Formats: sequence, C-alpha cells, structure tokens
Amino acid sequence: MKIPCPYCGERDGAEFVYRGDASVARPAADAGEAAFVEYVYIRSNPAGEISEHWYHGQGCRNWLVVTRNSRTHVISAATLAKVSTP
Amino acid sequence: MSRSQSGGLINRDKPLNFVFDGKKLRGYEGDTLASALVANGIRVVGRSFKYHRPRGILTAGSEEPNALVTLRSGARSEPNTRATSVQLFEGLVAESQNRWPSLSFDLMSLNNLFSPMLTAGFYYKTFMWPASFWEKVYEPLIRRAAGLGKASTEPDPDIYDKAHAFCDVLVVGSGPAGLSAALAASQANARVMLVEDDWLLGGRLLSEKQEIDGAPASDWVRKTEGVLTAMPNVSILARTTVFGAYDGGSFGAVERISDHLAESKPGVPRQRLWKIRAKRVVLATGAIERPLLFGGNDLPGVMMASAARAYATRFAALPGKEIVIYTTTDSGWAAAKDLADCGANVAAIIDARASAPREAAHRVATKGTRVFENAVVVDALGGRHLRGLKVRSADGKMQNLAADVLAMSGGWNPAVGIGCNLGSRPVWSDSIHAFVLASPPTGMTLVGSAAGHFSLAEALEDGRSAGMAAAADSGFSAPPVGAPSCSEDATGSMPLWHVEGAKQKVFVDFQHDVTDSDIGLAAQEGFRSVEHLKRYTTLGMATDQGRLSQVNGQALLARHLGKTLAETGTILSRPPYLPVAIGVLAGHHRDEHFRPERRTASHDWAAENGAVFVDTGLWKRAQWFPKPSETDWLDSVTREAAAVRTSVGVCDVSTLGKIDIHGPDAGIFLDRLYINTFSTLAVGKARYGVMLREDGFVLDDGTTTRLADDHYFMTTTTANAVKIMQHVDYCRQVLWPELNVQAVSVTEQWAQFAVAGPNSRALLQKAFPNLDISNEAFPYMSATSFVWMGVPARIFRLSFSGELAYEVAVPARYGDALIRILMGEGHDLGVIAYGTEALGVLRIEKGHPAGNELSGQTTATDLGLGRMMSQKKDYVGRVLAFRPALTDPQRPSLVGLRPVDRSKRLRAGAHVLPLPGENRADNDLGYVTSVAFSPAMNSWIGLGLVSGGPGRIGERLRSYDPVRNGDTEIEICSPVFVDPEGVRVRG
Repeated sequence: MKIPCPYCGERDGAEFVYRGDASVARPAADAGEAAFVEYVYIRSNPAGEISEHWYHGQGCRNWLVVTRNSRTHVISAATLAKVSTP
Repeated sequence: MSRSQSGGLINRDKPLNFVFDGKKLRGYEGDTLASALVANGIRVVGRSFKYHRPRGILTAGSEEPNALVTLRSGARSEPNTRATSVQLFEGLVAESQNRWPSLSFDLMSLNNLFSPMLTAGFYYKTFMWPASFWEKVYEPLIRRAAGLGKASTEPDPDIYDKAHAFCDVLVVGSGPAGLSAALAASQANARVMLVEDDWLLGGRLLSEKQEIDGAPASDWVRKTEGVLTAMPNVSILARTTVFGAYDGGSFGAVERISDHLAESKPGVPRQRLWKIRAKRVVLATGAIERPLLFGGNDLPGVMMASAARAYATRFAALPGKEIVIYTTTDSGWAAAKDLADCGANVAAIIDARASAPREAAHRVATKGTRVFENAVVVDALGGRHLRGLKVRSADGKMQNLAADVLAMSGGWNPAVGIGCNLGSRPVWSDSIHAFVLASPPTGMTLVGSAAGHFSLAEALEDGRSAGMAAAADSGFSAPPVGAPSCSEDATGSMPLWHVEGAKQKVFVDFQHDVTDSDIGLAAQEGFRSVEHLKRYTTLGMATDQGRLSQVNGQALLARHLGKTLAETGTILSRPPYLPVAIGVLAGHHRDEHFRPERRTASHDWAAENGAVFVDTGLWKRAQWFPKPSETDWLDSVTREAAAVRTSVGVCDVSTLGKIDIHGPDAGIFLDRLYINTFSTLAVGKARYGVMLREDGFVLDDGTTTRLADDHYFMTTTTANAVKIMQHVDYCRQVLWPELNVQAVSVTEQWAQFAVAGPNSRALLQKAFPNLDISNEAFPYMSATSFVWMGVPARIFRLSFSGELAYEVAVPARYGDALIRILMGEGHDLGVIAYGTEALGVLRIEKGHPAGNELSGQTTATDLGLGRMMSQKKDYVGRVLAFRPALTDPQRPSLVGLRPVDRSKRLRAGAHVLPLPGENRADNDLGYVTSVAFSPAMNSWIGLGLVSGGPGRIGERLRSYDPVRNGDTEIEICSPVFVDPEGVRVRG
C-alpha cells in the first residue's frame, strides 16, 4: 500500500500509523457528555469512500486526512490534517 | 529404469546420485526429484492424509497433492516439499511422509477399514463426546495419525534475504504467453520483470512438442530468452514464485537461490523475498489440468495426462509400459501423440466424448492404439498400484483393460489464483467449462491459458498484445510487431463430473482424502455454499490448496443441489499461492537482529561495570549492577536501593520520552493536554503532569519544565514516548491547528541521569563547582540551563525516589563522559550506579504510579491524583472522566499493601479478597499491581488497586494467588511508605 503524502510524496504504507475515522470533530468544551460519547465511540463504518487519519511517523510527522475506499482499499487523496480541519 | 536413450532436457553426461527412503538411486542433471523417481520406476511415494492409502506422483508441477516428501535431514530438513518442484542435486536425501513404520507397510492404513467413520465432518461428529476427551485423547490421536512431515527443531542454518524491485510491467510466468508479453513490453522500452517458478523458461513449451515459426518451439524459447537477457530494461527471475498480489500494485515473490544445491554457499542466501511494485502486471500463469473422477482414481499409476507427457518429453522418463489415456479433451490426444513420439506404448485412448477428433484417432489407430469413443473408466484395478481398468462403453458393456499408467485429462482450470487475491471473483465460462477471471483488478491482464485461451496461437497473440498494452499504459509505445506462427493446437473439451457405478472410493481431493460421497453427504446435511462445503469436508484445504480438486468438488455439489456451476460459484484464492517458509519472511530479522536495539549513552560504561540489561521497548536499560559477591539479583537491587537512601546513586533515565514544545501558545496547548495547568508555571520551574485519553482514563504522566516563556520541555514515560509524540502532534495539528505551537522529539538528543540520595548535592557540587545548587538558590522543582565543558547542559531538581535528587542532562554524545565523571567524583561519597529494578523499588516505596498502575484502565482519581484535575479549563478527557462509572467511589483505587507476617513475600498480579469468604470473582476487591522488597521497611511491600481504596487503610485482607504462593494476609496502608511528609526531597 502506498500513501501520497502531500509533504513527502508517495510513500510506503509501513511509514504511516493509522488512527481512524477523520470525519468526527471534537465537540466544544461545553457540548456535554452525550456529544463526547458520540465523538469517542460512535462510528458509521460505511462501505465505500471514507476519510481517515494517518500519521506519517517515519516521515514528516504530519497527520493526514486520507480518502480510502473501504471496499477496494484504493486511496484517492491525502491532505494535511491541519489544512483540512475546519 | 524407464529412461529413453535420447531426447529431453536432461544432461546424460551429468548423472546425480540421490537417496529416497534409504534407497540409493540415480538421476540426471535437469531432473526433478519426481522425474528421477519416475525414471527409476518408483511408483508409491507417500501415504494419504486420512486413509493412509498408497499414493503415486500425480502431476509434474507445483500443484502436486501426493508426492510430498521431507527433503534433506537434520537442521535443513524441510517437510511437505513437492517432489515435482525439487530440482535434483548430487547427494539429495528425501523421505516419504505420513507412513509408519514404512511406506510399503503402514499400520495406519487400517483407517481405510474404518472409513465409514471418517466421512465429511468426521471430527465434528465422531470426536464430540465426552468433551473432556477432546484435549487429552482425540486431538493427540488425530494429530499423530494425520500429521504430514515433521519440521526440524534445530535452528535454521541458512540465511535469507529481502529485496525490493520496481518495474513498469511485471510478467508472471514464462510460457508462450509470458515470453511474448515480456518481449513486446520490453521492445517498447518499458522496465520489465519476468518471473518464472521453474528453473527454465518456456512453461508448457518445455513439455510439449510444438512448432513456432516452422521450428521446434524450444528454439523460439531459447531465442526469445536470449533477446530478453540482452536487454538492459529486462530482469528475469527464474526459480521464483509470485505468491501474492497486494494493494497498490505490489506483489510478493520468493526466489529460491540455493534450494537446488545440497547446501547454500557461504554468504549466499537460501531464498530471497522480493517485494515488487509494478505499474502493470501480465498474469501468464497457465492452467492446471483437472483430474477425472472414477473408482480408485488415486491408485499409484493414475496421473495427469499433462504430467505423463512432461515426464516423457522433458525428462525422457516413460512413466509406464502400458499407458492408457482417458480424456475428455483434445489435449489428451496431443499428450498421446507426444508420448508415442517419445517411444511410449500408448495401449488405448478412452474418450468420454461421443466422438473423438477424427484425424488424431485415425493416426493413433494406425500405430496399434485402441480407441474407445463415448466410453468411461468406472474403476481402476490393482492393489498397491495400477494393473488395469474397468471401462464402460456407451451401450453399457463393461470390459477390463490392462494398464500400468492411466493418463487422465478432464479439462483445464485457468490458474487465476494471484488474480483473486484482491477480491476479484472468478466466473464460470460455459465455452471453456472452467472458471475465468472476467474482471481482474485494475492494472492486471490475464493472458493465454490463464485467461482460458488454451491454444498456442492464442497464447502468443495474447502475450504480444497484452505486453504492448501494458507498456503503453505505463507510458511506453512502439510500432506493433506480429506474433509468430505456430502449430495447430486443438482445445476442445467436454466437462465430465461424475461416473455411475464405481465400486471403489472416488477421490476428489487427493491430499485430504475427500471423496465424492463426502461431498454428497455434505450437500445432504445442508452445506449448500462452496465456502461451507470447503470447511466441512476440508476440500481444498490441504497444502495444495485444492488446485486439482476444488472445481470437481464444486461441480459435484452443484449436481447434488440441482444447480449449475455458474450458480454455485467458486472460492477466492488468498495468498500465499504456494507455501512460503517463515524463514524467508523473517529474512535477516532473527535472533539479535529481530528488531533494532537502542542503547543509552551510558551503555558502554554500564556494560564495563557488569550491568545486567533489560529490554524496555527497543531500549537496553541497565537492570542492576551485580557485585562479584552477589549471586541473587535481589541482593544487588536491595543494596542499590538502600544506597540511594543513605548516600547517593546515579541512574540513566535518558529513555524517558523528551519533547521540546515551542511557541507563543505553548502554555495554552499544555493546559489542554494535561489535567493540571502549565500556563501559570514560572520559567525555571518543573511540574508533574497527568494526561488523559479522551475517554477519561489516564494516558501518561511525567514532569514538564518551563525553560523560557515560549519553551517547555516535556518528559513522558519510556513506554509511551512514541505514542505521546503522536498524541502531541495530533492535538496540535488536528484538534487545535489555530494554536501557534511546534513540537519535536528530543529523546535521542539528550543523555539524562538521575542523581539521587542525601549526598547528591555534594556530588553535583564537586562535578559542577560553578553551579549554585543550594536549597535556597535551587529549591525542589527548579530547573536551569548551564554550560558544561563548552556544551549546553540542564539540571532539574526532580525526585522519583523521594530523596534529595537531581536530574542532569547533556547532549547525548557527552553522556558517556558525564557518567564517568559523576562516578569518579562520587567515589569518596559512596556513589553507586542503580538500575531499573532499584528505581522501581524506590518509586514503590514512595507510592508513585508507573506502568503497572497506568494500565489504561485507571482514572486520575483511581491513582489518588484526582485533585490535580483543573476545574478552570478544558482538557483532553475532561468530560468523559466524570461519567458515573468513572467516579464511582467503589472503583479500585491506589493503596499500599504489606504482609501482616513481615517475612512473607507478596506477588504482583495476586487478587485481593476479604479475609473470610469464598475465593469467587464476585468477592474480588482488586489486585496487587506492583511489589518490591523494601530495604527501608525491611519487608515486602506492594501497591494495589483495591475497591474503596484509601478508605480501607488499616483493614486486613487477603492477597490470593493460587498459582504461586497461595493466600497471604495483608494490611492496607498508605501507598507512601517512606517519608510521607516529603521532608527529604525538600532538604
């Protein structure tokens, strides 16, 4: 597997660390327990295109938002998380 | 001997001696072990898995299910090696398997008589009751009876290599289709890798008498190989198996560099693991011939027609004296012709089809071969090997035929295995009566027989066009060249899945002894999916992965269910395509090279001083420093811990994670990371901090120092150094990218030593005379930078031991100098070096939580650190830490433990139970997390997580440890055993 790191170029998957779903956003401090439970535990797990957080630990140490198809494993995009995060 | 006087690809000038089951035999250079056995007239080569029936060589390729041998002996012995794939070498030693005491007399063949008990799913039925028998009786019995060869228990003496390769076009297989694909792609200047399993290129052309461009096909193979070898953009890997296709155009392959030699040459690997990245792949893996089903079709002497053809043509070894061909295909007739041309006696051809190919039938008939049309073989006759056949004609008339070899051809299954690895499912083709890969993964093209295009002309044309297209797709184009002309190659076939009236067992899976009635039984018992059929009957689950058996079995299932093969479908093949040795996957990463080793700056000094090292992650840390008089580790550790409390000790703590945090928002950032506040920390001060995970449990702890307004220096536990660096980067890049803060790991950059004990100040004043570290100038939790011998250094007044203590940090390359200076200057003060064990004793005496307590299941409150949780700010884990279950006062929380009888030993991991009461889980109060022998208390002490925690101080409970020393009465106490007022650290 290869991930097109926007900083380092296309690199072997072994250089990266997987974290998980990138579509969830940390709630505001006063959002309450239910919102944090949703943020920490609830995932939609779709079949198809998903966005995920990967860390280029053996490279530039950037967190990336990687668009991967969970059916085919095809990676269609990777962007820097600090740029992509709203 | 049945070796022909001439012909074949063997070197008659190079005879090779080898031993099979203790018998000395001779073959030639160019033989496989199987072909040499055929040439020597050896017919029985193994016993079957379940019934222990005698089995002979069935194929001439890697799909072989029967001829599995243990190759070599001693440390190099390799079980389950396919004799058909082993290149013969001088001095080869092989043993047959799965027989006891000998191949000809096998006691386990009694299983054959018990076969009614050993039907489909037998181990789910027969061995079910009583349940207690499974582990003690049934499983060992089955394992002994059904085992294949035994692996050597000695260390592997060979070395293995790994390599990476990149190419534009990967061609798998070097038959006519693969060779023309490689040729076409390379002529367009694409970087081509051609990978071949065999040691010779040519594929089927090595075993078939074909013509290309009006000359023997072998000439074309040799010419093409010459052209490819001369091209700088082509690399050819022979003796190499592509075993799997993986994501992103990567492929795994194993090159057998030295397996054809008696022993690897010194320094030369036995095998090499290739990771190949290709833009395009052309799969020219050929096809595998299907066996036919009839009674006793496993008798030695029954073999595939393609195998009989290969032994006769390529190896000049005639497999029998009276050969009968049983076919449903035109290729069976071609095999008959090649066999006859090699001088074999083809006594008869039985074609199950209504009419045989006219011209071919006429040709063989003139040579005295009997031709049976529209006839089937019902049973094979013979005891230990084939003697004759029972043949039924269309009119139902039975007759017996004499035969010592039956060469069968039931059609061809394209070898699509690698193509399925990424999830493409084969579909049934009614035109070729086989499964084909209609939608291969992106970037992959199947050609020739692998695509179900069985004729030589199709193979050459397929390869040519796919090679050009693959080159063009990866950015290379060239003027088209034509495919060469070749001989006629008829490919008609008819499927035949079943024969009525067989008296003997009809084998579908030869290696796992699955018969047609097993499949009928499975269908009758409701196993309707091919995946269930496979698992229930074990069809195709042997080491040959059902390459011969799968489709026949699925056809029988379809027949029982009244469905078509298109409806029942087939299974997906997963990597590895062929068995791969663990050794080659490990490569050089074994023994001390299994993983990288990290050494601290004081490693050499510690080794010189006799340190015993312990692995903490990748780090080697000094665990203790035994004196020559000390024989027990506990003596050394107790001495070291006691010395820290009475004089001074030095410990390398460089392995703690160190992270530099810079930026105007660094303070705010740390406030959000830790449960306590760091933005208010004064410059030159350190503070202990605790981090939570977002779910509210403790993630890590450590001290963080403010070195400047916008510069903090964070430390983490050794175990979590990498994880916390990731977490810091996640928080600043993903959670709060608006904060102006940077972070970098400096774990490797600083060597850091703890200097602890009442004499620590005196020692450091000797070592750094210009530094004022008096209690007034440099109180507890102070930190400062200074210059030492011209290099930057830092000193922190931190204490993990509870004594007056400091930590000194210098650039890592000066760490060795610093430890030597500290130990030298401290000699008169009684300095000792202490290791991680004494470090652990000292922290348990002080009740500091460490790895055993930071288990991922504890909250800050559990660890007695709840008061640190700030009410004034948000931080990771704040919200969920206050969930009801995490704030339940009955949660197990940190306490100290002592044995009531002070001479008793405590054990970590023991559970804590009430004094009276049953040893039941619902009486469980918690467990002992850490223990140590405390020189300060002169007894064993422990820390534990006990329900009710500090509320139980003074209570007597039990430490229950049935596995080790049983029950110990304990007393709950404060976790701080030494200096609870904290006078010493501030002294």
